[in-house]
Amino acid sequence: MTTRSVWSMCGMCTVRCPIRVETEGDEVTWIEGNPHLLEGALCAKGSAGMALLKDEERPLSPMIRKGGRGAGRWERVSWYAALDYVADKLNAIIKEHGPESIMMSCRGGPFMDLIKAFCHAVGSPNFSNHDSACGRNVHHASLSVYGLGRKDFVYDLKKCKHLILFGRNILASLRPAEVNQVMDMLDAGGTMTYVDVRQTLTGIKADRFFLVTPGTDYALALGMIHEVIKQGVYDQEFIDRYVADFDKLVAFVEPYTADWAAKECGVKADRIKEFVTEIGSQRPKVVFHPGWMLSRYRDSFYASRALHILNVLMGNVEVEGGQIFAKGAGDCGVKGIRSLDAQVPKPTAKRADGVGWKYQHFDKGPGLFHLFYDAMLTGEPYPLKALICMRHDPFTCFPDPQAQKEALDKLDLLVSVDTHYSEFGWYSDVILPESTFLERDSIIATQKGPKPRFIKRNKAIAPMHDTKSLYEIIKQLADRLGVGQYFPGSSIEELWAWQLEPTGFSLKDFDAKGFISLTDKPVMFDRNHLDGKFKTPSGKIEMVSGKLTEAGLESLKPYESPEKPPKGHFRLVFGRSPVHAHSHTVNNPLLYELMPENTLWINKRQAARLGVNDGDLVDVGVCGCSGTIKAHLTEFIHPEAVYMAHGFGRQVPLQSRAYHAGMADQKLMKGMLQEMDPAGGGLNLCECFVTVRRSAKNPKRMVEL
Amino acid sequence: MNKYMLYLNSKRCIGCHGCEVHCKTNKRLPEGPLLCEISHEPLKMVGGVPKTEFQFRSCYHCEEPYCVPVCPTGAMQKRADGIVFVEQEKCIGCMACVGACPWGVPQHNPATGKVVKCDYCLDRVDAGLKPACVTRCTTHALKFVTLTEL
Ligand code: SF4
Ligand code: SF4
Ligand code: SF4
Ligand code: SF4
Repeated sequence: MTTRSVWSMCGMCTVRCPIRVETEGDEVTWIEGNPHLLEGALCAKGSAGMALLKDEERPLSPMIRKGGRGAGRWERVSWYAALDYVADKLNAIIKEHGPESIMMSCRGGPFMDLIKAFCHAVGSPNFSNHDSACGRNVHHASLSVYGLGRKDFVYDLKKCKHLILFGRNILASLRPAEVNQVMDMLDAGGTMTYVDVRQTLTGIKADRFFLVTPGTDYALALGMIHEVIKQGVYDQEFIDRYVADFDKLVAFVEPYTADWAAKECGVKADRIKEFVTEIGSQRPKVVFHPGWMLSRYRDSFYASRALHILNVLMGNVEVEGGQIFAKGAGDCGVKGIRSLDAQVPKPTAKRADGVGWKYQHFDKGPGLFHLFYDAMLTGEPYPLKALICMRHDPFTCFPDPQAQKEALDKLDLLVSVDTHYSEFGWYSDVILPESTFLERDSIIATQKGPKPRFIKRNKAIAPMHDTKSLYEIIKQLADRLGVGQYFPGSSIEELWAWQLEPTGFSLKDFDAKGFISLTDKPVMFDRNHLDGKFKTPSGKIEMVSGKLTEAGLESLKPYESPEKPPKGHFRLVFGRSPVHAHSHTVNNPLLYELMPENTLWINKRQAARLGVNDGDLVDVGVCGCSGTIKAHLTEFIHPEAVYMAHGFGRQVPLQSRAYHAGMADQKLMKGMLQEMDPAGGGLNLCECFVTVRRSAKNPKRMVEL
Repeated sequence: MNKYMLYLNSKRCIGCHGCEVHCKTNKRLPEGPLLCEISHEPLKMVGGVPKTEFQFRSCYHCEEPYCVPVCPTGAMQKRADGIVFVEQEKCIGCMACVGACPWGVPQHNPATGKVVKCDYCLDRVDAGLKPACVTRCTTHALKFVTLTEL
């Protein structure tokens, strides 16, 4: 049998690591991280891609719902039948309600151009993704400070001297390239400070650990800003040159002393002060990570804003070991790849989520998904009638799936395009099974950074079942909807060639390494001439955001203490483990084996009070809604909080392993679907309080024979 | 004399369990057998930070293996370079080696009904490559050391 080597991109999580795959005949025999970029490194999930391929507990052919929504009665149909069905429904909806009544969403990332183009080609502005339950606060905070999005900077972690992480569990929510940078930095004697409400995989590698009262990140960041200014360890020259309203910041943080913050956060003031002295000697090679999944507390947007401001005070912009402008093709003197979306006329209807007109301060890109539910229920500004979710499971990603279902019941068509059974898919009308990442091609993407590149996913083997790539699905739907002209070529190879045409490169240029490098050396801007690079209204780094002011919102928001858990309650926080990509992988045979269920982390002393022992089953509840989960006792979680890994407690019967294994945090978040930070647009997912009781389900006796 | 050794730089290991899955997928193992394991002690306060480090364990490739002499068919063998491995064709799945190994290292493979254990990925090593767990380790914390190098 011949062995083939294929360059591709992993798809087990949204990091999409570059990989090299080996096949023998139609078998995948080996996956490793691309040796040129990752020296082979791959995470557990990436390896388990081989098990995903073999797993038959995933949608293997198109399915159309027979019974009521969620009843689980399906008819397996051909692709012709399924695509005709979807297209007929969409055509009827367009005819009756207009194309803007169609909504599409995805998981974000480098292949979004295809999905966006499809949504716009159909004539709808209502393109969205999962980000309002993830990084929107960070993104909007970045926009409010720099006028640039969160992905417009990359962090040179390898060369930084001190990395500060506020709840960013960087080694568990892992991106292999980034993890290696962090480990290299630590190996080279760099320092890491970790702030969280519990100890994590990341925190155990830290030199300093602040266990803070849940919901007080903003206070700690303000205390740090105060102390940086008081000790005078900021970059005066950088601030004079690029920052507007620094004096307003100074006046604003005046009351937020280190002693005040220490009290508010439950840490020692001296430790904040000596921390600031230390970073003062290490700047500008100091990076405050502004957060990733920061849809947490009411003031998470402002916490992130404060972290961005701390970076500015360190003067770490466009320096080695700091944050570096993400360079694209243009910065390397190369023409960028052709965008599909750019060829499509922009739909004129206003967005149904209100972004761009009702909410002028939010980035229009993907808008805010959760706000569409309001539009579905009220029919304002116009009725929504169809939702297509592409590898996105709103029932797992947003709070209160029951409330979501009530809104979705107003829609005539729900379509799920996914590699696995999502909870949304299970409730939808049509499941269009996408091939796994090992069986599908994806469009060419640009990966920005100091050394940008073009990269693409190539299928390693032909689909094992009756599944298709997203490209094929969209192309064939577009043809049926009469907008096929926006998806040039009749195969992915022709589309690739079309994308690549302006760049002067050819498809052959991917052969050597699996990607096309656009520069040999990192491209750095002249730090003394960054004028014009900051896209704020003033062109400066804004302590007071012109955009927020215009929207009637504060930029320097006075701190308010978080709500204390009511008596007998705990604040529910959630997070990630390194072996699962949220719900996507819980049913994967090899990853399920590593972590079949989640547990409830609870502080030892609190557990003792409740009579709960390690491993006991506990009922976790909130107003009429509860679930049962095993308790994990630890000293290293704040007594006000309980924690569980996200993604468990799945209820798709065809996933025999994941079915009802562990518990789902989002299902406890009753009534929280619209609890959003009005300035940041992120949901306040950690503002949920639950009761914990030893469960009656703990075995009391064991009868044998 | 053993020629090789798996060495974990525990300062660098992040406990992501990648190596466990890399090993399993390389050998196409189903759910069940686990040829290497990452573990850690409970967290302890060190200088104000709750800390622990990860350990890696696979077969020790003992100088005088307990598993080899008990094998009735001679399937379990030790090579001149020290690698202890099961010759799949000869293994009858009697599990004698499992009982003999003080650490229960050899495992039953439900897919074949035979025994499987860490063999330092000898097919890869013989081809001049590193074992699967080492090649794909997320942080390059795991090293395959040729002992003369030390
Ligand atoms: S982090 Fe792991 S799962 Fe995610 S893309 Fe990379 S290798 Fe794949
Ligand atoms: S793959 Fe590497 S970093 Fe991950 S647990 Fe194994 S040895 Fe540690
Ligand atoms: S299986 Fe057990 S006895 Fe045999 S070499 Fe390995 S550790 Fe030693
Ligand atoms: S050396 Fe090979 S067989 Fe042994 S643990 Fe590593 S991957 Fe598994």
